[in-house]
Amino acid sequence: MDDIKIRIKNLNLYYTNFHAIKDVSMNIRANKITALIGPSGCGKSTLLRTLNRINDTIDGVRITGEVIINGKNIYGEDMQVDRVRKEVGMVFQRPNPFPLSIYNNIAFGLEINRLVKTRKETDKIVQESLEDVQLWDDLKNKLKMSAIHLSLEQQQRLCVARVIAIKPQIILLDEPCSSLDPKSTTNLEELMQEMKQKYTMVIVTHNMQQAARLSDDTGYMYMGNLIEFDRTSTIFTNPSKKETDDYVSGRFG
Amino acid sequence: MFKLSPKLSQKIFYTLLAISTAIVIVPVLLIVFIIIKNGWSAISWEFLTTMPTDGMRAGGILPAILGTLSIVACAICITLPVGVCAAIYLNEYAKDNMLTRIIKLAIVNLAGVPSVVYGLFGLGIFVMLLGFGVSIIAGALTLSIMELPVIITTARGALNSVPYAFREASWSLGVSKWQTIRRVVLPNALPGIMTGAILSISRISGETAPILFTAAAFYVPHLPQSMFDQVMALPYHLYIISTQIPNMPKNIIFGTALVLLMMVLSMSLFAIIARLYFRKKRKW
Ligand SMILES: Nc1ncnc2c1ncn2[C@@H]1O[C@H](COP(=O)(O)OP(=O)(O)OP(=O)(O)O)[C@@H](O)[C@H]1O
Ligand SMILES: [Mg+2]
Repeated sequence: MDDIKIRIKNLNLYYTNFHAIKDVSMNIRANKITALIGPSGCGKSTLLRTLNRINDTIDGVRITGEVIINGKNIYGEDMQVDRVRKEVGMVFQRPNPFPLSIYNNIAFGLEINRLVKTRKETDKIVQESLEDVQLWDDLKNKLKMSAIHLSLEQQQRLCVARVIAIKPQIILLDEPCSSLDPKSTTNLEELMQEMKQKYTMVIVTHNMQQAARLSDDTGYMYMGNLIEFDRTSTIFTNPSKKETDDYVSGRFG
Repeated sequence: MFKLSPKLSQKIFYTLLAISTAIVIVPVLLIVFIIIKNGWSAISWEFLTTMPTDGMRAGGILPAILGTLSIVACAICITLPVGVCAAIYLNEYAKDNMLTRIIKLAIVNLAGVPSVVYGLFGLGIFVMLLGFGVSIIAGALTLSIMELPVIITTARGALNSVPYAFREASWSLGVSKWQTIRRVVLPNALPGIMTGAILSISRISGETAPILFTAAAFYVPHLPQSMFDQVMALPYHLYIISTQIPNMPKNIIFGTALVLLMMVLSMSLFAIIARLYFRKKRKW
């Protein structure tokens, strides 16, 4: 039996009166990549963003149901939002490094979360994180440079490094490659494959090939419903629902 | 009906715009020129650093300069923190509901209230009700209330200009809302807030009506000693020497105007340069 990292139970989300996520239940396996696919506006990002409660910050959002991580409902009453977000990191569609130096982009989360006591510890984690995302060799002499001057791929890698520096258990990625060129996309996909050993990842993607190449499980969403959720190979070769088949074979969407 | 060619209409509009710009700029330049021409001869180190003598017809304007500086300094020290906190609350915390919308509407409308109304308000509340008397603190409080809507509005603009993506990035690292504001939002909004504050300082330095009943005195024979002193202030002093005192030497009147003008203009200029500098340095 596989390790389940996230159990989503009867999750509903409303933007004021708009029912954006409709009674979604799914189990996300530990140390696997789970992909969410579906046509634009079907609620992929919304679902992803419920997993680290970052939708909470939007006015008018109402959520029912449970998201259980490590045996605890993150929407439970005694849950601290900041604690949840520290365990569930996120990489966004557009690279969004802070307008700080490369070094400080990573040190920021470490220092605020009090994960380091000395400058030396920070140096060490900054180096490790940059090594993990294969930026260290290129940037080790430019750590003071503003992150804004990096290429988009480097920025996105830095955003990944910033997240893994604080050692979350889960990483959410919302179309992380959509502003990158094909070569950078391939590079980032390789990085994600390597990261699987340490992290549970959930990725939203518009790119069907990417989902097929990269993920272990895939969920197909349509109009707020999770139509089908299964092993990626099943979804792409032998789905049980006709809608899924239509979508993955390109007849729809 | 005849139709202008695009090229011609472009030319006509360009000319119209150029003329409107000239209409704005020429009077300003003229005012500055006239004031400099008539007032330059009065300006000296002594003029800036000594007390007035001979029924204010001679000597310097030190007490008026110090009076204005102390009122304005007090006012900005009160209004800036309060205004920035209010802006943070409205922008980052307040839910978008009826109450918030009423508050925002009130702020917009307060900015349009004539300054003499603030003067009367200050007289009623600070001078009389709270018993501060006509004093630096009463004038400063009045000015700070008058300037509050402006500070809140510019501060909100500065906060709004910080991309939402920075906040999301910070939250997603487990950083709390307040820490995100303190460590991410405020540092990036600070240049905008500060240039707004400098412009506010320059604006309130020249205000007369709000301090007329609350802080300013016709003549005080000594320099301000405490917050509860009545003081002379440049704009009011200027009004007095140009209308209330017979046989006032013209160059002293214009010299005083020149000092006030330079105070206001140099601060505006400073704010503009700061804004350009930060815009160039801005990294997103
Ligand atoms: N802040 C919001 N307020 C109201 N409605 C929203 C908000 N954000 C998203 N929605 C709506 O919720 C639905 C799902 O949006 P979501 O962004 O999750 O879709 P998505 O599947 O990620 O789409 P895309 O592929 O275009 O990113 C859409 O119909 C959208 O209009
Ligand atoms: Mg999306």
